[in-house]
Order: sequence, then structure tokens, then C-alpha cells
Amino acid sequence: MKFKAMTALAGALAISAVGAANADPVDDTLVINDEIEMTVKTAAPEHMEYVDEVMSGWMFRNDDTRDMERDDFDNPGMLGVEAAIEAWDTVEGTAGKACSDCHGAIDEDQMVGVKPVYPKWNEAAGEVWTIEMAMNSCRTEQMGAEAWGYNSDDMINMSALMSYVSRGLPVNVAIDGPAAETWEQGKEIYYTRYGQLELACANCHEDNYGNMIRADHLSQGQINGFPTYRLKNAKLNGIHNRFKGCIRDTRAEPFGIGSPEFVALELYVTSRGNGLSVEGPSVRN
Amino acid sequence: MADGVKPRVKVPKSAAAGDVITIKTLISHPMESGQRKDGDGNPIPRSIINRFTCDFNGKNVIDVTLEPAISTNPYFEFEATVPEAGEFKFTWYDDDGSVYEDAKSISIG
Repeated sequence: MKFKAMTALAGALAISAVGAANADPVDDTLVINDEIEMTVKTAAPEHMEYVDEVMSGWMFRNDDTRDMERDDFDNPGMLGVEAAIEAWDTVEGTAGKACSDCHGAIDEDQMVGVKPVYPKWNEAAGEVWTIEMAMNSCRTEQMGAEAWGYNSDDMINMSALMSYVSRGLPVNVAIDGPAAETWEQGKEIYYTRYGQLELACANCHEDNYGNMIRADHLSQGQINGFPTYRLKNAKLNGIHNRFKGCIRDTRAEPFGIGSPEFVALELYVTSRGNGLSVEGPSVRN
Repeated sequence: MADGVKPRVKVPKSAAAGDVITIKTLISHPMESGQRKDGDGNPIPRSIINRFTCDFNGKNVIDVTLEPAISTNPYFEFEATVPEAGEFKFTWYDDDGSVYEDAKSISIG
């Protein structure tokens, strides 16, 4: 919340203009901290049949919300990133190791470029892993620590840190090779109508992006900005939790957070944003 | 006692004398309103930042009373005229008696 006040020394009270919601998506560019140029709009990846241009959800938000993401100080999601930077160096588990013991200090940039390729095929496990699953494997196998809850604050914060260090790099998940089967499953889910309202992801986010859904603006449902700080609940939100909310709104029984179905859907939806910048932690309403 | 409370301040490092600068502050705090109930139906006690002040070289710039309706992680953005080099001092007062402080100096030129 922006709170501007007259001060004893200040000359005049500055009133921020209230942003009127115009036609979506907006014609705007995103540069974070006057430094990181973000790709928020680009040609759709080849596998997409019905959409020519993919756009970050940032393009569908109002002026004030977009501005919050332009400066890290104004982005409340950075609180989660800060917490994760501390956790990165915290020794946990029976092996007496912290993340940094294997992966180096966070500013050594060893983790740069990891997030853009997740979810990805894990050969040893013989399945597609999200970055959350990889982190938990690190915790249980390498550190001898307890696994984090898939949707716990610790997990979401660390996920936000992984996104933060790769911010500005293009999303680039592999959809061929061993991941192809999971990707197909995700695509199937994306185009399947669920719930009493009989809505597929595609009905809103492919057929109707740019239109209103009641009082809100439908985006393309891109997930390059996750984890996302949402103003509605004032915290960082993980992608599976967001999927769950969407499916609940179709009045269906959602898949579980961390379930194979959501992993497949995450791979497919992430691949729809191949080429957009990794944007997390982003700010949305 | 609120956990993980940490103040953050953004002030330009330098300004011309008489310049109006923008100051941004943020403090991580749950701002528990006292209106909510826990899983067993018992009220969760109020725990908020109730006052925020900013002083420049001992002279008060802003003094704010915060109420329970203010959201988690209170953010303030305000402007101040800088007549001379000096130090901005920021103070947050917690319901539990804790006082959190931060300071930033600014030079002229």
C-alpha cells in the first residue's frame, strides 16, 4: 500500500494518480531496478496452435500493480527472497550442510539459469521434477533434513530465490525427449473441461484473455512470474496453489498440490511461456 | 512478540540543498489486527506497529499513528526537503514495546 503524507519539511502533498484500467493488455515495457530488461511479450513457441503472441500476466495488471514490480524495494515478494537468502546459508539436517556448502554462496551465481529449465526430466528418478521436488530431494538425500511441505513458506521463499537469481533469463523448458509424455499429459489437462462450470484452462486463458471475468482481467495464465506476490492475500503464492484456486473456481475437485497431474500441468503451462523472462517474484492482484 | 521484524529504508545518498527527495520505508511485520480468531475460536491478540516516526538532524519530519486496519508489512512513501547534509532517523514502535530503528545519512552535492 502506498501511503503518502504531508511532512513538516515537505512542500506539498503528492497525490499519486489513480490508474484507470484501459484496454488489456497494456502497451508497456518492464525494466526492473532500471537495470534488468524483461521480455513480457514475444512470439509464441512453435508448439502453440491457437496463440501467436505470448504475454506475461504483468501486461494485464493495472498501473499501480505494474509499478510495484519495477523496483525491488516496492516489491513485497522480495521479503520472501531475503528470508530464503538466510535459509541458503543455514545448516540443517544430519549431514551438517547448508545449501551453500554444495552450491556456493548465492552471489557466486551458481544457481543462475537453473530455474528457467524447470520442470525438467530427472534421469535417476525417471520422472519430471519441479524445482520444488529437486530442492526436497537435496534436503532429504544430501542434507539429511526433513522435506519441506510443498506449499510451505520455506519452500515458496526458496523457490522465489531461485527465480530471483535467474530473473530476466528466458524460460526454456524441454518438451521433447523423455519429458514428452508428461508434457502431453499436461496438455490434455489444459484442454479438458472440469467441474460444474465445465471450464478448461483454455476457455479462459486462451479463448478469452484480455476480456473481463467479472471484475478481473483475464491474462494468458502464464506462470513465468511465479512464485507471485498477490495483493489479495499479501504473501508469495506457489504455482500449484494457484492451479488449485483456478480449478476450485470451476467448481471441480482440484488435484493435490505436488501431485503428478499438477507437475504435468506445470510443465505444459511453463512451456507455453518459453521465451518470456523469468519474472519471479512478480506482483499481481 | 512478532517474529522476523526487519526495517528497510531507501533514501538517496546525496541531494542538492533544498531538494525535495522521496523516502521509502518498509517494515516486515504481521500486523495482527486483534479481530481474528484462531482454529479453536479464541481471539488472536492484537500485535501491530502503532507508531512510525522520521527525524532529520533531530527535527521531526513525519509522525504517524498506525491503526489495526493497516495491512501486513507497512510501507510508507513520503517526501522531505533536505536543507543540509545530515542523517534521517527512522523509528517504529511495536505493541509489545519493541522499538525498531534505522538511519540513513545524506550528503549535499
